[in-house]
Amino acid sequence: MFVWQNFVNKVCKSEICNFAKAKLCPRSHECSGMVISMKIDTIAAIATAISDAGIGIIRVSGEEAVSIVQKIYQNKEKKNVLDQYASHTIHYGFIMEEDGTVLDEVMVSVMKAPYSYTMEDTVEINCHGGALMMKKILMAVIHAGARMAEPGEFTKRAFLNGRIDLSKAEAVMDIIHAKNEFALKTSVKQLRGSVYDKVKELRDQILYEIAFIESALDDPEHISLEGYEEKLSNQVFSIMEELEKLLVSADDGRILKEGIRTVIVGRPNVGKSSLLNLLMGQERAIVTDIAGTTRDALEETIRFGDITLHITDTAGIRDTEDVVEKIGVERAKKISEDADLILYVIDSSEVLDKNDEAILKLIEGKKTIILLNKSDLSEVTNQKAIEDLYQKVFDYDGQFLTDKADSVSLLRISAKEKEGLDALRAQIEDYFFHGKIMSENELYITNVRHKEAILEAVESMRRVRQSLENHMPEDFYSIDLMGAYASLGKILGEEVGEDLVNKIFSEFCMGK
Amino acid sequence: MAELREVCDICVVGAGHAGCEAALACARLGFETVIFTVSVDSIALMPCNPNVGGTSKGHLVREIDALGGEMGKNIDKTFIQSKMLNSSKGPAVHSLRAQADKAEYSRAMRKVLENQEHLTIKQAEVCELLVEETAETSEFSQRDKKIVGVKTFTGTVYECKAVILCTGTYLKARCLCGEAITYTGPNGLQAANHLTDSLLSLGIEMRRFKTGTPARMDRRSLDFSKMEEQFGDERVIPFSFSTDPDEVQIDQISCYLTYTNEKTHDIIRANLDRSPIYAGIIEGTGPRYCPSIEDKVVKFSDKDRHQVFIEPEGLHTNEMYVSGMSSSLPEDVQLAMYRTVPGLEHCKIVRNAYAIEYDCIDPKQLYPTLEFKAIKGLFSGGQFNGSSGYEEAAAQGLIAGINASLFLQGREQIVLDRSQAYIGVLIDDLVTKENFEPYRMMTSRAEYRLLLRQDNADLRLRQIGYEVGLVSEETYQAVLRKKEMIETEIARLKNTIVGASAKIQDFLMRHDSAPLKTGASLAELICRPELTYEMLSEIDTERKPLPTDVKEQVEIEVKYEGYIDRQLKQVEHYKKMEKRKIPADLDYNEIGSLRLEARQKLIAYQPISVGQASRISGVSPADISVLLVYLESHRGKETKKG
Repeated sequence: MFVWQNFVNKVCKSEICNFAKAKLCPRSHECSGMVISMKIDTIAAIATAISDAGIGIIRVSGEEAVSIVQKIYQNKEKKNVLDQYASHTIHYGFIMEEDGTVLDEVMVSVMKAPYSYTMEDTVEINCHGGALMMKKILMAVIHAGARMAEPGEFTKRAFLNGRIDLSKAEAVMDIIHAKNEFALKTSVKQLRGSVYDKVKELRDQILYEIAFIESALDDPEHISLEGYEEKLSNQVFSIMEELEKLLVSADDGRILKEGIRTVIVGRPNVGKSSLLNLLMGQERAIVTDIAGTTRDALEETIRFGDITLHITDTAGIRDTEDVVEKIGVERAKKISEDADLILYVIDSSEVLDKNDEAILKLIEGKKTIILLNKSDLSEVTNQKAIEDLYQKVFDYDGQFLTDKADSVSLLRISAKEKEGLDALRAQIEDYFFHGKIMSENELYITNVRHKEAILEAVESMRRVRQSLENHMPEDFYSIDLMGAYASLGKILGEEVGEDLVNKIFSEFCMGK
Repeated sequence: MAELREVCDICVVGAGHAGCEAALACARLGFETVIFTVSVDSIALMPCNPNVGGTSKGHLVREIDALGGEMGKNIDKTFIQSKMLNSSKGPAVHSLRAQADKAEYSRAMRKVLENQEHLTIKQAEVCELLVEETAETSEFSQRDKKIVGVKTFTGTVYECKAVILCTGTYLKARCLCGEAITYTGPNGLQAANHLTDSLLSLGIEMRRFKTGTPARMDRRSLDFSKMEEQFGDERVIPFSFSTDPDEVQIDQISCYLTYTNEKTHDIIRANLDRSPIYAGIIEGTGPRYCPSIEDKVVKFSDKDRHQVFIEPEGLHTNEMYVSGMSSSLPEDVQLAMYRTVPGLEHCKIVRNAYAIEYDCIDPKQLYPTLEFKAIKGLFSGGQFNGSSGYEEAAAQGLIAGINASLFLQGREQIVLDRSQAYIGVLIDDLVTKENFEPYRMMTSRAEYRLLLRQDNADLRLRQIGYEVGLVSEETYQAVLRKKEMIETEIARLKNTIVGASAKIQDFLMRHDSAPLKTGASLAELICRPELTYEMLSEIDTERKPLPTDVKEQVEIEVKYEGYIDRQLKQVEHYKKMEKRKIPADLDYNEIGSLRLEARQKLIAYQPISVGQASRISGVSPADISVLLVYLESHRGKETKKG
């Protein structure tokens, strides 16, 4: 069967490769940017997490899936008869080594094309868990003639064979590359189709309006557009609102999927590196008592409870004559600009100075949590002092921390005594997930392509409103309604463009 | 018995609106052409409505004219009233419609045919198509036959290289008026009962469609004082781009508007069981968009009235056409029903309303060139292809005629795409989408209608007509000059900046338009909804006099530039897929990952491009992705066979 003979793909340069981590990546790390050709071969991979769980599954898909596994599988009568089993049946037996010894006791299920996930012949070997055993069995399958699957290749085949649409295929890719549990949950949700359903619902509403206008154009005698402008205007407004909600969720979704870009700032030696180490649970940054020891920004990705933080520790910000350190400070400023969250560490045992004024200016408008560190020592700088500083720096006439509670807050911690972490986590959740991170009903758009498509749709709808305000004839706003309809179709995989197909294929080839 | 044998280049079967355009195109391109009709007196007959044009159909007529067809010129010679429909709406839906003097229309067209060099009119029924096996037979090509001639009922053989079938509603036709059934074509004309068998034996799939027409009434029996008089436009715009507008400013004849009422509907509802459609006697599928009054009453049950237009059939007849009330109900019910309508209380029916059923083909058997996939040199157009309407027929006839000629010349045949012409939409829909009823052109079917306006058909299509050979050098040069004038004027409007002077501000204030803060181009001012190109002449001191049609184009293109640009973007996207051609010998069975349904559909339709493939129902976006991947991987390589 032809699948994608000699189809040439560019391998993308993503760093995340489950196979490489498991030291199973067939081409290790040399493949970055390399051009490979895909053949109509049979592929195999470990389908379950590589861990010491009880049961593991090795999936084999392709024209020769059955004959390949047949070479290494024997039923309890010691016969190699896998090809005689009916589709969608499961069989007890053994995976044998070349020398005839039993490798593992397994259950093998056979799913014949086209009734499998990939729509190809598929065999799944349910073996005893444990990374080593799974690896051994996979190697046996490879040895028998299969090729190691690329990450996401089963999904790619499922997509190419028409089993799933683009939206679902992308969600699967997201699962493969999910960096934390929440990202995973969102991906699973997207796979189940909640985003799909919402977008489809909005697209159908647009289609209804298009159809109505068209019917009125065709049959003005029976279908009148009198008073329709106002009705459409309301409808457009409500669709735009829904789309914008999805857009907001796109930002939340990115944060869920990719983590929060967090920067730790503060004067030298206030305890920034200690805080980072505390969050990391281990010593990493150089911690000394000499101001200015952290010369360069350190980047770390950590799991803080359910949230992923990409934390950058910066050189302490202060006026400095030291050129090397100056570079660190410049970088800190740059990094702060791109950050989602600022953790501003203040040594509560010391008074604020003009460096703190500079920092406040630097982080203006950013979501900020001010951490009054060293709460174990006697307090010299308190909330009042910080309020005063804000008033002075921004010429602000009021209680800054109270008025801007949605973006600036203050917590007392002791990095040394490991106190205040729970409050910090609660505050981050409150900022980024409106305290509802666990909600099952939230829809998150996590895909950049989806976000772009929604942006396009919103833009089209805005034009419709403008046409309505200018009292343009109805066939004009239907052009932009069509535009919005087409944009949303991209998310559902119902608008197939060549560029899109190419783009998706390059994404499919993530990994290595 | 000695068999008579004649030799010509092209045979056109049928002399209705499709046949006339087809035959004229072939003869004008220099091919010896014979046009067959069951009755010479029925050439270009209008057996149904007495008008040409209307929403979206008016576009078709203009496009036919731009390509070098005859319909527009013929209606300009024979119309008795003309109107630009939807003139209060946007330019995309403006549509010209003219009332025809039916007899004159037919006579004028016959005159054109009779005087056309290389064209012979023959009254005869074509009964059989003569084909030969071709040497070109291959495993993957269905094209194993080619046309070599036709045979008439009297046994004469006409040897030819191409045949265009335009049999309209005549194949195995039967007319139904309630329980009364006659086996005739329209207007009691002889039906063509033999050709269907020949087509079937060649493996062509046939189907049965129906259509209907309302009653004709004696003008003297109608009371027009109870109706609203409908006048033509004060300034008539001709259909043809070559007609001098001053020549069509005639005294026009009025039409009249009246309405059905609940009484009418009650009578219809009470007698539905006697309607051949609702009683199940009619097997053919009727057009949803040109519904009988029975259909309207059933479908729009909440409407308490429907429009009825009373239209003259010509200057030299008292017959009046009752538009909007076609019916196949029995004669007694018809009379009772019509007499409930204000103004028709004492009507006398000259001809009863009737429905007609006929054989036609499933047009998926055609390439978008209108050539049969299975038989080389066999083309078809009009109602035979499953369409409805004079204009739809003429458009297909013209394209079939052009392509049959190009085929004989060994040149590449033309396919207009959906962004080029309504004709392109019409033919693409016919050969790509599943049609279960007679296909009627409608505005909504054209997704790029802002570009496909009736006012710019010459700018869109004259060049193609010229390249084909139906448009003269002189006409073509005139269009090029027009294009240049438009572009120059638009550029001038964009580059002419007016300042916030007292004169300008005063002008804007008088037209309820916001005053200027800084300078603005004249083009920017035209974009304001409340201003027009014409209004601006007051402040546009540099303006030179331009022809009306040029000014019209300038205004539309400047005023709606943003919308036109966005539509052009959509077209760009569409064209990408249209440009991905699918090789004619592609073996879909080799693409293992195609779903079965998609594979069957693709094999049946044999689309010429990925774009066309994507419009076939049953072919999903995922299938298209698979197809794209396959084509991509085979690009530049020889297609593997076997």
